[in-house]
Amino acid sequence: MRKLPEAYTKKSFSVPPTATSATQHSDNERSAHQRKINQIHESAIKHVQGKAQYVDDLPNTVNTLHVATGKATHANAKIVSLNLEKVWQAEGVVDVIVQGDIPGSADVSPVFSGDVLLAGQTTQFVGQPIFAVAATSYTAAQKAVRLAEIEYEQQTPLLRIQEALAQQDFVLPTQSFHRGDVIKTINEAKFSLSGELTIRGQEHFYLEGQISLAQPTEDGGIHVISSSQHPTEVQKLVASVLGVPIHKVQAEVRRMGGGFGGKESQAATLACMAAVFAQRLQQPIKYRMSRQDDMEQTGKRHDFWNQYTTAFTAQGEILAADIKLAGMCGCTADLSDGIVDRAMFHADNAYYLPQARITGYRCRTDTVSNTAFRGFGGPQGMLSTEAMLDDIARAVNLDPLDIRKQNVYRKDKDETPYGQKIEESVLLPLIEQLENTSQYRQRREEIHEFNRNNRWQKRGLALTPVKFGISFTSKHLNQAGALIHVYTDGSIHLNHGGTEMGQGLYTKIKQVVAKEFGVDSDRIMVSAARTDKVPNTSPTAASAGTDLNGMAAIDAVNKIKQNLFTFAEHYYKVERERIFIHDDIVHVGDQVFAFAEFIKLAYMQRVSLSANGFYRTPKIGFDRSTGKGRPFYYFANGAACSEVIVDTMTGEYKITRVDILHDVGESINPAVDIGQIEGGFIQGMGWLTTEELLWDSQGKLMSNSPANYKIPTVGDLPEDFNVNLYQAKNHEQNVYSSKAVGEPPLMLAISVWCALRDACASVADYKISPPLAAPATTEAVYHCMQAASQYQQSQTAQSGQRT
Amino acid sequence: MLTLNVNGQVVTIEASSDVSLLWVLREHLGLTGTKYGCGAGMCGACTVHIDGVANFACQIMAADAANTTITTIEGLSEDGTHPLQLAWIEEQTPQCGYCQSGQIMRAAALIADNPKPTREEIIDGMSANICRCGSYPRIVRAIERAVKEDHHG
Repeated sequence: MRKLPEAYTKKSFSVPPTATSATQHSDNERSAHQRKINQIHESAIKHVQGKAQYVDDLPNTVNTLHVATGKATHANAKIVSLNLEKVWQAEGVVDVIVQGDIPGSADVSPVFSGDVLLAGQTTQFVGQPIFAVAATSYTAAQKAVRLAEIEYEQQTPLLRIQEALAQQDFVLPTQSFHRGDVIKTINEAKFSLSGELTIRGQEHFYLEGQISLAQPTEDGGIHVISSSQHPTEVQKLVASVLGVPIHKVQAEVRRMGGGFGGKESQAATLACMAAVFAQRLQQPIKYRMSRQDDMEQTGKRHDFWNQYTTAFTAQGEILAADIKLAGMCGCTADLSDGIVDRAMFHADNAYYLPQARITGYRCRTDTVSNTAFRGFGGPQGMLSTEAMLDDIARAVNLDPLDIRKQNVYRKDKDETPYGQKIEESVLLPLIEQLENTSQYRQRREEIHEFNRNNRWQKRGLALTPVKFGISFTSKHLNQAGALIHVYTDGSIHLNHGGTEMGQGLYTKIKQVVAKEFGVDSDRIMVSAARTDKVPNTSPTAASAGTDLNGMAAIDAVNKIKQNLFTFAEHYYKVERERIFIHDDIVHVGDQVFAFAEFIKLAYMQRVSLSANGFYRTPKIGFDRSTGKGRPFYYFANGAACSEVIVDTMTGEYKITRVDILHDVGESINPAVDIGQIEGGFIQGMGWLTTEELLWDSQGKLMSNSPANYKIPTVGDLPEDFNVNLYQAKNHEQNVYSSKAVGEPPLMLAISVWCALRDACASVADYKISPPLAAPATTEAVYHCMQAASQYQQSQTAQSGQRT
Repeated sequence: MLTLNVNGQVVTIEASSDVSLLWVLREHLGLTGTKYGCGAGMCGACTVHIDGVANFACQIMAADAANTTITTIEGLSEDGTHPLQLAWIEEQTPQCGYCQSGQIMRAAALIADNPKPTREEIIDGMSANICRCGSYPRIVRAIERAVKEDHHG
């Protein structure tokens, strides 16, 4: 066995082959710089040794009990009788609760109301928890819940978006914003078209399922360790269900085994359930969902049914668009208001719509309440517009890329339908750079040639952009806090309100603190998010984790530096300008001190070595009543060019090549950022290709395990996959000119869907855009191919009749 | 009573006959590097070696693993220096990290069986393990790196 090289223990690494750097230094300087900025994930060594602890890995105390829930078998049904006698008698069962046993509020909604911890008189969806059991083992709890005798009075469940629209059954009021007289323009235009698209949802399938561990504290409170993106909400809701003040609850999150939005609001219900038992029984309670429970009981990405009508010129320039976006929210609002808002804010994607009316419906259905998922409605808002751009291209018989380039935001065509200006010129140059590096034009010619000569296989190509707004659209969430302590040996403890779910947030904030301090990052210890360290935090979501927490951490560092420098200024009688910290050395005029030495000195002179930092995003604000404003601090941009090959007889396909160029501003950590881009793309590709959520006619989820819900595996990787960073700084003041990266790359996968449709369109000689479902499963591609083929046959028949 | 050979140690535990190896490893032996992902042998988070072959620990009754040699991520190397573990760090493969023990164990069995796998063989061999973060490009590269470096080193 080989020794762990020095490099690993020092945590500085060579650059992975994919990483590109935005800097212009000499080779030596560059490699040193790259080692620093490509710092490995703070948990990497633990990850590869199985030593990184997730909630379920924490040592169990002997008396820890385990929770399972009894699930509703009917949606929108009255519970006529509930007999739990056999459940109580089951082996290992210690406690059983129903809604009435919840000491405080049974409502665990994140923003509005209606999400109940346990069902009351009526069930909201199939799988909803009706009662819960605490037992001596996980297996005992799972076995016991099956013994309940429940009688229902069934009522017809409402399961489809179209039905909800027809019945005007919404969880929240419809919103819209508009510019110009869209209807008039469309009616008077020479060219117009309409389309619709059903976009299915997506199961998060975080590999670590939902889980919480609650322990009673001596003051009648609870310490809860949760796999959650939002510890503050866990804290708030646990306090609410227990009926205690928030200060009696501490929520802690060290890391998640994936979140992707699924643990933004819905992790809290597990914490609440565990906390209710922990308080009743005064012993530790663990609630880990089985995979099937997780898939049935927690919300997913929203299905959407989108309709669009657009007017355009003979050259394909868009004049107006009327876009209706209807999101399937499920039984309650959860986070759906923001999700449908974000779909609306992204219905323009990267394109200037001179006149636009964008309407968002929040449809209620008797299904599990859908929730945040990477992109938060943005992907669904964008997809139908990208379909619309392809439709226009086919209608005017031009290459879709030409139509996209013609309509993309640019100088003087830079205002979004909601009034925010696009202040930087990134989109067009980025698209053109990718057009060149991916050899789009040359490959388009080759594909035409290939498709002309091959009947059974068709190739498709698409280059699609992404423009994604960065900031929470709920303004108050755009704030963050951090807490930094420097100890007398010079070691630094870092805490902030953000949570680590694999996106590399902790690694990046550690780098930011090291850089801002001027010290080696090995001095810095990152620590679990805890509500008693940094309070009132926002969820780690909206891609804004690094932006918000990084700026808060910088604020905290600067407060401590201020203390240190003020001390040095007076103690050594040196002007402030001549005091600084660089490479772990404190410079005070002509004197130099090792960092630890200087810290010890400062402590002895009674200097505060701890600070909290705070940040609020500037410039933002959106007025819903006028539909105008600036919801986003800035936009992250990107583009992807995907090529596919499809079997015309079966619809089977392969993704042969993907080129991505993505804008993360000046990257804080290119290796982490490129990982996010690769992973986000693959996740988006799953959403639009193989991941098909299926429900039966009564609203029961049929795709409730990995056996019947297929997320991408290594074999689904594009054969040729090239990811590069676009070289540009963020024009807004953000953490070292970087940009957010978490969500935007997911939408790069829209290029795959468009490429599949392009391959099908080739069968109709690109005269129509055949309808393609989302996800574009093999069956869906087959049907799309058939539609194109039938069109072509009808054209041939017609031309035959004419001659 | 059940006697198992895990990571070179013979351990005797009390476990009921219907418990899977996964839970014996995690709850009786405290070897929590092996993860629960789906409980159905379809995600690979629980991958361990049984007599050197990659297996889903959630699909094997602990009793059936008696008289075998079991290796978990904790036993793959003494100090985390298996060529795959080093390559995994070098390629910055893990994101959330949850599936990675299973991925590395799957890869270790693959290269033990086939020390110079082609890219196709790597993809084929790794297909049973899911990573929701999409670290697949780096999993492939890390295996290629480990194979290359181990060969030269």
